[in-house]
Amino acid sequence: MPRLLGVEIPGDKRIEASLPYIYGIGPSWAKKILEQANINGDIRAKDLSVEQINQIIQAITANNLLIEGDLRRDIQSNLKRLQAINSYRGIRHRRGLPVRGQRTGTNARTRKGPRKTVGVQRAKDKK
Amino acid sequence: MGRSLKKGPYVELHLLEKIDKMAAAGVKKPIKTWSRASMITPDFVGHTFLVHNGKIFNSVFVTENMVGHKLGEFSPTRVFKKHGAHTAKVTK
Repeated sequence: MPRLLGVEIPGDKRIEASLPYIYGIGPSWAKKILEQANINGDIRAKDLSVEQINQIIQAITANNLLIEGDLRRDIQSNLKRLQAINSYRGIRHRRGLPVRGQRTGTNARTRKGPRKTVGVQRAKDKK
Repeated sequence: MGRSLKKGPYVELHLLEKIDKMAAAGVKKPIKTWSRASMITPDFVGHTFLVHNGKIFNSVFVTENMVGHKLGEFSPTRVFKKHGAHTAKVTK
């Protein structure tokens, strides 16, 4: 399992398929990076020479890609900004509801999580 | 789809006029507006807007972070309802 840029450990797959294991690199960026690094995408990741790995790292940094922790931090700061200014999108993020105007009467399970039954909450002093 | 760059951001003209006037007079008063679709421009920073939500005017103090958003984003049009909220009100 070769290491790329710190903690990345793509596996026994072709590099074209293992590069997307890095957070922030998808199939199309993987293809572009390998093209720029002049490496055949069909080589297994473990068979890469140190030189080739360096070339890949160079191609990634040359494209100014936000990757892993940096990208996660960027996304988090965007969310925080939306919530800090009290915008509609920020409020929806805070409540864990869909942000882009989808219906919530039914569905929206990705944002809302598993169904939870909410019973009627009785007032405390009444019995 | 985004708005054409050629046109620039959509801002209701009377808002800009009001801000210009207030800048000239050196006063800052809340601006009442129905124009929820207007984009917040850098000139708006530091002003307070009373943005209509269909029922009332919500006061929105514009900060630097809000530039590029629309006024309506800060004046919610719907009430978030929870279960049991109404029972608490009834007992009071």
